[in-house]
Amino acid sequence: MSAEVGQFALILALLLALVQSVAPLWGAWRGDGVLMAVGRAAARLQAGFVILAFGCLAYGYVTCDFSVALVAEHSNTSQPLPYRFAATWGSHEGSMLLWVLILAIYGAGVAVFGRTLRETLQARVLGIQGLIGTAFLSFLIFTSNPFLRLDPAPLEGQELNPLLQDPGLVFHPPTLYLGYVGFSMAFCFAVAALIEGRVDAAWARWVRPWVLAAWIPLTAGITMGSAWAYYELGWGGWWFWDPVENASLMPWLLGTALLHSAMVLERRGALVSWTILLAILTFSLSLVGTFLVRSGILTSVHAFAVDPKRGVYVLGIIGVTTGLSLALYAWRAPAIRSGALFQPLSREGGITLNNVFLAALCATVFLGTFSPVFIEMFNGDKISVGPPYYARTFAPLAVPLLALAVFGPMLNWKRDTVRSAFRRLRVPAAIAGVVVVAALILAGVKFVVTAFGLGLAAWLGAGAATILGRRWWTGRAYLLRAVRTTPRALFGLTFAHAGLGLVVLGITGVTAWHSDKVLSMQPGDTVAFAGRTLTLSALETVQGPNYEARQARFTVKGKGAPYTLSSERRFYPSAQSQTTEAGIHVRPWGNLYVSVGEESASGIVVRLWNHPLIVWIWLGGMTMAFGGAVSLSDRRLRLGAAVKPAVLAQPVAAE
Amino acid sequence: MRRLLFIAPILAFAVLIGVFFAGLHRDPTLLPSMMIGKRVPTFDLAAVRPGDQGLRTGDLGGEPVLLNYYASWCVACRAEHPMLMRLRAEGVPIHGVDWKDEPEAGNKWLIDRGDPYLRVGNDRSGRTGIDMGVSGVPETFIIDKQGRVRYRHVGAITEEDWSQKIGPLMQRLKAES
Repeated sequence: MSAEVGQFALILALLLALVQSVAPLWGAWRGDGVLMAVGRAAARLQAGFVILAFGCLAYGYVTCDFSVALVAEHSNTSQPLPYRFAATWGSHEGSMLLWVLILAIYGAGVAVFGRTLRETLQARVLGIQGLIGTAFLSFLIFTSNPFLRLDPAPLEGQELNPLLQDPGLVFHPPTLYLGYVGFSMAFCFAVAALIEGRVDAAWARWVRPWVLAAWIPLTAGITMGSAWAYYELGWGGWWFWDPVENASLMPWLLGTALLHSAMVLERRGALVSWTILLAILTFSLSLVGTFLVRSGILTSVHAFAVDPKRGVYVLGIIGVTTGLSLALYAWRAPAIRSGALFQPLSREGGITLNNVFLAALCATVFLGTFSPVFIEMFNGDKISVGPPYYARTFAPLAVPLLALAVFGPMLNWKRDTVRSAFRRLRVPAAIAGVVVVAALILAGVKFVVTAFGLGLAAWLGAGAATILGRRWWTGRAYLLRAVRTTPRALFGLTFAHAGLGLVVLGITGVTAWHSDKVLSMQPGDTVAFAGRTLTLSALETVQGPNYEARQARFTVKGKGAPYTLSSERRFYPSAQSQTTEAGIHVRPWGNLYVSVGEESASGIVVRLWNHPLIVWIWLGGMTMAFGGAVSLSDRRLRLGAAVKPAVLAQPVAAE
Repeated sequence: MRRLLFIAPILAFAVLIGVFFAGLHRDPTLLPSMMIGKRVPTFDLAAVRPGDQGLRTGDLGGEPVLLNYYASWCVACRAEHPMLMRLRAEGVPIHGVDWKDEPEAGNKWLIDRGDPYLRVGNDRSGRTGIDMGVSGVPETFIIDKQGRVRYRHVGAITEEDWSQKIGPLMQRLKAES
């Protein structure tokens, strides 16, 4: 029963999405308040029906309703409840339903909280949003219907890919999608602005929280994905330049650029058409992210739906949305009043430079990901781009960007001088210098790159602290008040930039000092590794809820108290597949990573890795996301909080 | 002139979308190889395993074998590797080519993960890859008794690929004279 309810709910949602795309756009064109109100109502109702549909599918999974084909394919009675629930979005159809769900909720958000917006702008945003909703709901219903029945229903379902049965999966795709879909809001605002033919401060004030709201989960999602790959795929790497990883990195890079350029637009009214272009491209790349996974163009270990037919549909959606919006851009953007001019050496100038670097980084990843497709197109050769390409192109662009990230927040808006900018950076420069010299003395000249990596981390960390430090130092007479009146956005900025420093620290540490060892061990054997001794204390077969595992337990003696680590190879009978669960001892100064392999007469193959400082990569990523969240909670950004509707009703806000 | 700046994005995008559409209809997993039915081009590859003899064209043939291209930097190869180990355990003969890779890295791969190959050669420049029309790693060719390429499989070999395509073909080739 629930599947049919879900099916009807989806069809109703599609019809409502059609209403939502036509009524408000028409209403805004004719100045018809009733039609615009219909658009708002349609957005709210559509969200209700999509939530109902998603609930029906989740109910089917949780109750093991194997008469639903999708449930039978990805769920199993022996699968623990959280994974049965997470399996809802573990399949292609389910993940697209999740995509549509988030889209619909965001749309309802604009309808409900957008009262402070100019009515025609809100209506146009909702209309564009409705068009995207229509495209994806029809994609879902016509090419990947999640509610198809299976007759006769099997007694037992097949299993979700065991690699995906992990706490990481429960959170990873939804957060990533929150980010991807979140950028659709910036896109809708950009297109609406192009239709309206004007961009004002109110527009920018609305766009920035949406961009931030997309950027936070995307940052967290990428970080979680990296951590998931680290512990679940069992080979101890943290980034693989896999097409699917790149697909999430590209919108992140452009989204970060958008986040900064929207700030310039809001504060200074400059970079108008550039910000609009970024908003369009960021969302297009989010769609490309979806497309990459769902088509046969690039194959990857992460892809769970390789199907060219669906690819054509998604490619059609990308082609139409991006093509039309870019055409609109070419036609309308030149007419939009471009903002104030500014000096090269100013906060605006710094952010422009940041945008140039981020766009270049994004282009690098884009070329690396797609050049195999292009080269094949032109001369029939098929080539592969491996990590060496990224080491040669990505790093030389990323390092100057990171070094410059400290300057930006130190510069004044409008204009500044080199000398005063440098004076403000004396302290972080001194700290970074001390770190470089100390590292060179302690580690030796051979580690010159490492020393500069650590210096860069210190520069970023100290530079971020200086943002708050300078403000509080100026107001030190009333320190408590100075701290209390510091805007949250400034704390957010500090956390986000300091997080970058932590990421650099982690990358430097693990790149320079990681070590590994592979050997065969019998129970009772002891091995010395990276300043520790490991003893294989037990090797036995254990029974899990839906798997059988060969578990190896190790006793590790190091500098601190001894501890045990266990690693196992799991065999999932219903999926007929095997996974490796690594044993990881996580500490701030480094991880010990143990993973077991095949067994033979000479013992079990044991792989040991020492990953110094690696955990800071993920802590840094999470710190950045946290910084974004702190910034989002700033009163100034809270939707409409400090803004009177009367001011917003003016056509162009005076700057 | 300024106008051109605003038109550039849509032009660039038009080119991209054209390429994507064209690329979509070339299903990489079904790409027929120009090599099907032809003899394996002559090559003589250096050893990956220290002290080993590498891989030469002459090593192929006699019995049907799999010729598997891998690289230590390749993510999908990691996913494929347990399958190769299983096939090896079942007695399927597999030769390996360590493609666009340092021989040390290729050897470390075999030590770390297990060695499924009878013979394995290093193709650092990717030369044999060009001759064979390799699109990327992992990729596997089925070579018959006469040393001719009979089938090309792009991407990791899955359980399904083996049971439905590659395994049956190997059986048929074994029966050929």
